[in-house]
Amino acid sequence: MKLTLTIWRQRNPGSRGKFVSYPMNDVNPEMSMLECLDVLNESLIERGEEPVAFEHDCREGICGSCGFMVSGIAHGPEPATTVCQLTMRHFKDGDELVLEPWRSRSFPFLKDLVVDRRSFDRIIQAGGYISVSTGSPQDGNDIPVGKEVADRAMDAAACIGCGACVAACPNGSAALFTGAKIAHLGILPQGKPEQDRRAVRMVAQMNTEGFGSCTNIGECTGVCPKEIPLEVIAKMNHDYLAGAWKERHKVVTAITPVTDWELAKK
Amino acid sequence: MSTAVAGPHATRAPGFWQSTNGKKAVMAITGAILFLFVIGHLLGNLQVFDGPARLNAYGRFLHNLGELLWIVRGVLILCVVLHIVATVQLWARNRKARPVGYKVKKSVASSYADRTMYWSGPIVLAFVIFHLLEFTAGTIHPESRFIPGDVYHNVVAGFSVWWVSAWYIFSLILLGMHLRHGIWSMFQSVGLNHPRHTPVLKQAALWIAILITAGYISIPISVLAGWVR
Amino acid sequence: MKLDARIPSGPIEQAWDKAQFDMKLVNPANKRRHTLLVVGSGLAGASASASLGELGYNVKCFCFQDSPRRAHSIAAQGGINAAKNYQNDGDSIYRLFYDTVKGGDFRAREANVYRLAQNSVKIIDQCVAQGVPFAREYGGLLENRSFGGAQVSRTFYARGQTGQQLLLGAYQALERQVDAGQVTMFPRTEMLDLIVIDGQARGIVARNLITGKPDVHIGDAVILATGGYGNVYYLSTNAKGSNATAIWRAYKRGALFANPCFTQIHPTCIPVSGDYQSKLTLMSESLRNDGRIWVPKQQGDKRRPDQIPEDERDYYLERKYPSFGNLVPRDVASRNAKAVCDEGRGVGETGLGVYLDFSDAIARLGEETIRERYGNLFDMYQRITDENPYKVPMRIYPAIHYTMGGLWVDYQLQSTIPGLFVLGEANFSDHGANRLGASALMQGLSDGYFIIPYTIGNYIASTRLARVSDSAPEVQQSLSSVKAGIEKLLSIKGKRTVDSFHRELGKIVWEECGMSRNAAGLQKAIGQIRALREEYWQNLNVPGSGDDLNQSLEKAGRVADFFELGELMCLDALERNESCGGHFREEYQTPDGEARRDDEHFSYVAAWGYTGPGNRPELNKEPLEFEYVHPSQRSYK
Ligand SMILES: Cc1cc2nc3c(=O)[nH]c(=O)nc-3n(C[C@H](O)[C@H](O)[C@H](O)COP(=O)(O)OP(=O)(O)OC[C@H]3O[C@@H](n4cnc5c(N)ncnc54)[C@H](O)[C@@H]3O)c2cc1C
Ligand code: HEM
Ligand code: SF4
Ligand code: FES
Repeated sequence: MKLTLTIWRQRNPGSRGKFVSYPMNDVNPEMSMLECLDVLNESLIERGEEPVAFEHDCREGICGSCGFMVSGIAHGPEPATTVCQLTMRHFKDGDELVLEPWRSRSFPFLKDLVVDRRSFDRIIQAGGYISVSTGSPQDGNDIPVGKEVADRAMDAAACIGCGACVAACPNGSAALFTGAKIAHLGILPQGKPEQDRRAVRMVAQMNTEGFGSCTNIGECTGVCPKEIPLEVIAKMNHDYLAGAWKERHKVVTAITPVTDWELAKK
Repeated sequence: MSTAVAGPHATRAPGFWQSTNGKKAVMAITGAILFLFVIGHLLGNLQVFDGPARLNAYGRFLHNLGELLWIVRGVLILCVVLHIVATVQLWARNRKARPVGYKVKKSVASSYADRTMYWSGPIVLAFVIFHLLEFTAGTIHPESRFIPGDVYHNVVAGFSVWWVSAWYIFSLILLGMHLRHGIWSMFQSVGLNHPRHTPVLKQAALWIAILITAGYISIPISVLAGWVR
Repeated sequence: MKLDARIPSGPIEQAWDKAQFDMKLVNPANKRRHTLLVVGSGLAGASASASLGELGYNVKCFCFQDSPRRAHSIAAQGGINAAKNYQNDGDSIYRLFYDTVKGGDFRAREANVYRLAQNSVKIIDQCVAQGVPFAREYGGLLENRSFGGAQVSRTFYARGQTGQQLLLGAYQALERQVDAGQVTMFPRTEMLDLIVIDGQARGIVARNLITGKPDVHIGDAVILATGGYGNVYYLSTNAKGSNATAIWRAYKRGALFANPCFTQIHPTCIPVSGDYQSKLTLMSESLRNDGRIWVPKQQGDKRRPDQIPEDERDYYLERKYPSFGNLVPRDVASRNAKAVCDEGRGVGETGLGVYLDFSDAIARLGEETIRERYGNLFDMYQRITDENPYKVPMRIYPAIHYTMGGLWVDYQLQSTIPGLFVLGEANFSDHGANRLGASALMQGLSDGYFIIPYTIGNYIASTRLARVSDSAPEVQQSLSSVKAGIEKLLSIKGKRTVDSFHRELGKIVWEECGMSRNAAGLQKAIGQIRALREEYWQNLNVPGSGDDLNQSLEKAGRVADFFELGELMCLDALERNESCGGHFREEYQTPDGEARRDDEHFSYVAAWGYTGPGNRPELNKEPLEFEYVHPSQRSYK
């Protein structure tokens, strides 16, 4: 089938970008969106042009590397599907697809469809863990976790950190991502001791990064490839409010968001 | 280049009010108070259907509350101010969070009402100001005379002007939309969400919003239709 | 070279305890003066970085993705083994050890495997404490399933996303250390050379993939945890970025490469659908617990599966292996799938596929139960193929999945270069010629959480480490060779894209050094690879520059290494005149087509040493001794 890909092309953060349209004459409906870009890139290289940079790795919807807007929808029109698993059969012959990178202040632009999502790592650094050092903790079965609790924790833990939630949110909020981790760990008994500290610090980091606020409208869940439920945001708010009150005597600091890529000489 | 280069924790973290979550909690609580007011106010207003005596008595009752009225007004004003300050700040922040917009952007999950909170809110504000000037202060009272104390007269006279009613109806539909989202959203903002209850709450929010809007706009419609004169 | 595996003497049950006790310790106050470079942030790398950071070392961790959480371990679906015997079905450390040695077709080192089985138990406890949401029973205890043909239920899992959850656990532990200032993370940084000074591994040259700059990182030891090299085959279940570059450059600096031809073909992957295909998607092996594999009895039968009556179907695994049936080990299942397809009985458009049919299981257990067990896998299948596996049988075909070979390491996980340690899939250590399901995750975490923290301390405490400055000649030599390599790739300016070469290379290796091999084919392949490599260096086109994000350039460097490694794989396969595990040499089979091992001549680890460009690598042998599990012909009949 025939398609037109209209893609945001920008060499680097400093240069000016623009949309460029590429007609594709021979798209196999079985191929994935990324394979379609592969084919385009092959032909670009052969024509002596620079291929489109896009992020990808596992190509099976689990690593969270890939992701861009496909005609206004993060990861494209199929629910619960990343672009690496989005097959072209969902489009019609003659369609024009507009591919744009995630747009967010907290995801600084790098090249074409690639952005810098290290802000997510810093949110995890701020407290998205359970503080157990390697050693000999108690036997795995010493902490019973009811099946329902385990399932709910797993629902939240399924987040792949792709950033689609931020990209789709009209406010550029990272509430779904942050909430998913707070919920995953906060629901489990193992995570309870650090619940307050975790929520306070992760929320502080999320705010330091400059993400927008949550209006609870659910655009994030709508595009989330793992269908992380909005509940996790309530869980974040809950733990945050409780934590902010209980830990009000503590001074909270945040990690400085670093956006450059130069190796700092220590 | 690594994130640890600047030394972890070099930055002072945003406190409660600086955080979006804190502001949203404040909006939820102030919104909830305003919501209660909206209901109370509606119940009062509906007495217009019981005739002038009843409504004017209600008006007098409110005025006779004296200090209590001022306390209530104070709380409401504070709520409105906080609600608005948070709105403005969050709005500015959200604008900054996406400095470069999309060429194409579609919504997949949210309704029109959800997405227009930042529109419906300010219009409701404009309306509230107009409304206070018209019915409380009486400074604007087009095409008729404002009679302090004669609430019934003021209402009927005010709404007889078609465009005042139209503006009122329009604004209340927006208030309804605001509440359709706000009523369940405020629970979410203070951390209450339950897989069983939340869907019910969302449905309820829709119906409550419709009832409130219907209740309020029944008054100008009745005036225009001549059922209340 | 004489290879000393440093296996502790004495009974195997006590070997690891004894080794731990014999190891020297580093004074806690001194630990922070030591910088350790960990390349890779998968299960092995992340768990190692976190654990070493916790101990107080100063750790630098590198990965080429934008975040350590994206390492390829994230994609593992099925589960992780541990000898907990929670199910009371007769499991034990010894049994897991036994199964792994046997499953590896007696080409793994017993002592290593025993230690792996011992550590398996601790891994589960550690991961539970970290908050990994393993599947639970209603009573709140951990649930297990049987996996990959094991006779006991010892596999722990988190839906179909076990690797993801284990990796996130390790990643979170890692980020906690980043926050604590113990670990510095270098994402989007690719290691391109190893710095060896006075025979010790003392640093790496790594390219910042955003600025394009190669930088020098000096440390007291280097730990490679860079995963497997299945992408030599182009089409594999590995992530697109998975590469051999780090271990290959270490090989060229003197580390030995062991058993390169031991690669694993996974029987249940979604078949190839066209030329554009960029990778293959695995369908978890657990599907074989309930699915039945069949092909039509007749050649070229193009009827729809539901139109083929029961008596015209060949459930070939059940027929040939009555006691294991559909649960035979991976190599056996894969080879049989290839055999029936070669006979012209394959299904699907390409004829390269067999059915995996759930209709019996659905009839027996109900669709709901099947959905509960495999829902997400079925969804994934449907998303990719647009077919509903609840209604039509899945089509599956084998694909390259795992590489048992890797850098040679001793019992302490140290390569032949002192100070260079290798963990996870990147080393060769524990799986012999065939890896059992759910044991790679176990090995990665065992290496990272429970072995390297001890052995690295022993190395540091017992080694004199001179100060190294950036201007040392060895450092400068490595740096300039990296720069020259990049320049060279950019300057060819030929006609063909990297991918086109890679695809062609993959085809050669898959045909001749894939599921079954023979001497003539391997020789032919070596010739073809050389010719293609020749062309690569004449006719490659890498657009763009080396000063910014250039994904073609990244790929070009990796593929250049795949060419050399592919050749070594063929050479190794050619040398090994026997069939064992994933290595099936057509010349060495029993009359009924099963693999014939030759313990008399080949019970050794083949460890290849680099001898310079164009020269034949040198073969070193580490003999394998089996004191506990006595080699027997594997039989799954
Ligand atoms: C689809 C699939 C399913 C699987 N399912 C299972 C299962 O159910 N059970 C099981 O036990 N095993 C399974 N496996 C195998 C298992 O997942 C892997 O063997 C294991 O995760 C490897 O872990 P690792 O830490 O060694 O390497 P990886 O996770 O591959 O990590 C490699 C790391 O090294 C980095 N790296 C690589 N090269 C460089 C370089 N040059 N410079 C800098 N960094 C570099 C990468 O960025 C990455 O961080 C599966 C494998 C696949 C492909
Ligand atoms: C009678 C008056 C009002 C009532 C009853 C009301 C009620 C509410 C409620 C209950 C919420 C949900 C809070 C949450 O999600 O936590 C809300 C949100 C909001 N309100 Fe109001 N409100 C009123 C007036 C206003 C006014 C005057 C403005 C603006 C000037 C405004 C702007 C907003 C905005 C922008 C939001 C969404 C905030 C967000 O989710 O990010 N509201 N309101
Ligand atoms: S919450 Fe969903 S959309 Fe957001 S990062 Fe996680 S997986 Fe992606
Ligand atoms: S490439 Fe890994 S999720 Fe798409």
